[in-house]
Amino acid sequence: MTTTVHPSAAGSTAFSDVTSSDASLRRFLHGLPGVDQVGCEARAAALGTRSIKTTAKDYAIDLAIRMVDLTTLEGQDTAGKVRALANKAMRPDPADPTCPPTAAVCVYPDMVPVAKATLGSSGVHVAAVATAFPSGRAALDIKLADTQDAVEAGADEIDMVIDRGAFLSGHYLQVFEEIVAVREACARKNGEDAHLKVIFETGELQTYDNVRRASWLAMMAGAHFIKTSTGKVQPAATLPVTLIMLEAVRDFREQTGQMVGVKPAGGIKTTKDAIKYLVMVNETCGPDWLDPDWFRFGASTLLNDLLMQRTKMRDGRYSGPDYFTLD
Amino acid sequence: MTFEYAPAPESRGIVDLKSSYGLFVNGEFVDGSGTSFKTISPATEEVLAEVAEASDADVDAAVKAARRAYTRVWSRMPGKERAKYLYRIARIIQERGRELAVLESLDNGKPIKESRDVDIPIVAAHFFYYAGWADKLEYAGFGNDPKPLGVAGQIIPWNFPLLMLAWKIAPALAAGNTVVLKPAETTPLTALLFAEICQQADLPPGVVNIVTGAGATGQALVEHPDVDKVAFTGSTAVGRMIAKTVAGTDKKVTLELGGKAANIVFDDAAVDQAVEGIVTGIFFNQGHVCCAGSRLLVQESIADELLERLKRRMATLRVGDPLDKNTDVGAINSREQLERIRELAGIGDQEGAERWSAPCELPDKGFWFPPTVFTGVSQAHRIAREEIFGPVLSVLTFRTPHEAVEKANNTPYGLSAGVWTEKGSRILWTANQLRAGVVWANTFNKFDPTSPFGGYKESGYGREGGRHGLEAYLKEGGLK
Repeated sequence: MTTTVHPSAAGSTAFSDVTSSDASLRRFLHGLPGVDQVGCEARAAALGTRSIKTTAKDYAIDLAIRMVDLTTLEGQDTAGKVRALANKAMRPDPADPTCPPTAAVCVYPDMVPVAKATLGSSGVHVAAVATAFPSGRAALDIKLADTQDAVEAGADEIDMVIDRGAFLSGHYLQVFEEIVAVREACARKNGEDAHLKVIFETGELQTYDNVRRASWLAMMAGAHFIKTSTGKVQPAATLPVTLIMLEAVRDFREQTGQMVGVKPAGGIKTTKDAIKYLVMVNETCGPDWLDPDWFRFGASTLLNDLLMQRTKMRDGRYSGPDYFTLD
Repeated sequence: MTFEYAPAPESRGIVDLKSSYGLFVNGEFVDGSGTSFKTISPATEEVLAEVAEASDADVDAAVKAARRAYTRVWSRMPGKERAKYLYRIARIIQERGRELAVLESLDNGKPIKESRDVDIPIVAAHFFYYAGWADKLEYAGFGNDPKPLGVAGQIIPWNFPLLMLAWKIAPALAAGNTVVLKPAETTPLTALLFAEICQQADLPPGVVNIVTGAGATGQALVEHPDVDKVAFTGSTAVGRMIAKTVAGTDKKVTLELGGKAANIVFDDAAVDQAVEGIVTGIFFNQGHVCCAGSRLLVQESIADELLERLKRRMATLRVGDPLDKNTDVGAINSREQLERIRELAGIGDQEGAERWSAPCELPDKGFWFPPTVFTGVSQAHRIAREEIFGPVLSVLTFRTPHEAVEKANNTPYGLSAGVWTEKGSRILWTANQLRAGVVWANTFNKFDPTSPFGGYKESGYGREGGRHGLEAYLKEGGLK
């Protein structure tokens, strides 16, 4: 993984011809191989039948915990709620110190300072949703200001939404340029930058062809991660949608040598579900992506199910939900 | 650290294997008078059971039992009553699905995920489907008073043992015939468990008779003068012998024989799904599929990219223990078949095709062949013409749709074909040109009891499945 780099800022130069005009970008995106819906869903379902037991399950559960972006994105969020969530992210199972922390907590931008103060140097990242999340319906300068605020407050990762209206009306270059601008807004004064996750809201893009096009568009614009959903629209993450995105990052690496991460978010609630995603990552992209740097789960309730299953693997029996914290 | 899937074996405890099995004649298990033989697990070479061999006299007894059941019970029974038995059998198959799946994988070597998710569910579906026809035969399009033929002698292969049994027995019984069925000598066990299911369903004695044995038993059945109908699925060579044997008699015949199907991938295909379809087409059931997509015809402009993707995908196939729930490719059914695959693959090497096999560890015991692809194959290669009946894909290229169709049809077989393109009009045009009984568009190896299946040319004649499948077991009747 050390030899693999994330896409460079301001878009990949390998695609500068493609992204030079709306027409050439459209030609490229519409020239990508189509997706056969039935075949794609059949493949996703087939991967879901893998039987992951004993040592494999142990490995998968701990990996899944390390991949969770523990999320609270509610109007009712308060500093107290975010502090509790951050504590849970650092010590998901207070009864078991061998339980790994999650990858990040994911909050609205105004909660970044609170999360940051609690997490300190624990290594758990702070991810902030920005760009007028979840609808993305705001002027570009507002979206950029939203992003900069979060970055300045210490966010390690920015989860932006694309302009689905622009995408669906075929204004691909507009979507592209917006992602490039947000990526630039992720830069910190010290020369580092917050990692950018680009949310497609696949439930609104509807077709797998659109998901494949959005994936390439975002990767060419310099996304570090591509993410299915905000969690506010149904359907959110699904296995077939994630399969299309995994195929896209796999193919992008073949072409450019650059790795992009994938984050399904919303609706993944059980260990069984999470393991299906990990199997899909393993058999689509290979082991390089089986790392929190390259695959995440956007989830809130998933973590407790992972913890219950983890405890069951060790004790041989299920303990009640009261043994796991509810933050 | 990588994600290694721990073994996930399906328990074989659910199967109650007996040390020896007799023949199923007139509703009872009886000893055979031939020399009994052993059936083994091809994955381990472990002997599973001793099975009786039906002699000519045993076959005669079975045919007599079938005739008696036909004249006294089954042909007189109203269709709606026959349907009840078929529905009951279908339900018992579902209830005992796991047992049947485990036994099928043990005896045949196919992965449990296929016997569990494909074979057994379709077996049950066939019985349900034809149960529905039993009281509606006058609306099937064969006159308003169609009649059964009488006693059907049925011979089935080892690649889908129970599924081929269902394809044969369900329509025969629905139409009012009785049957004597001979399963393949390497895979008799699920047919014998089916015999138990017939007892459990209280099927009248003699309606279904199972005689086990090899070629001689099959020949005795085909030659028996009191058999009205012969149905065979298997090799083209044996099919020819059967056609000769019954020539000049009153016996009706259906033959479902070999194939060398073209799977045609155009340059605008949905490439990831096409790769899946190619894999399903040739590696499903270890390639032991008469309609397998064993010739990949890929448009030259995308050939390199497609093959790279195909090899990457093949490298993820999990070959091994058929009872492991994560196994994708199981064991070759017999040593004999393994030798045949090795021989033809060797000829591929000699003729200058380039062999690539998925990197996989094969077990020490049992019969195994890795998923393999030959590139640089032309129509002049034997591996492009002869049915290998194993996990071996021959790749040819084409430049234009006309060339694709020409190459696809340039075979003595004509059982199935696949077309991959995102262009609907090209699917229709290509399907119209292809001389194959089944043409799959943007999918492969899909089976359903409502859909007729059968071949052109040396792939046989007659259709199984759907309304068409009834025709093989009915004679047209006039006005009531």
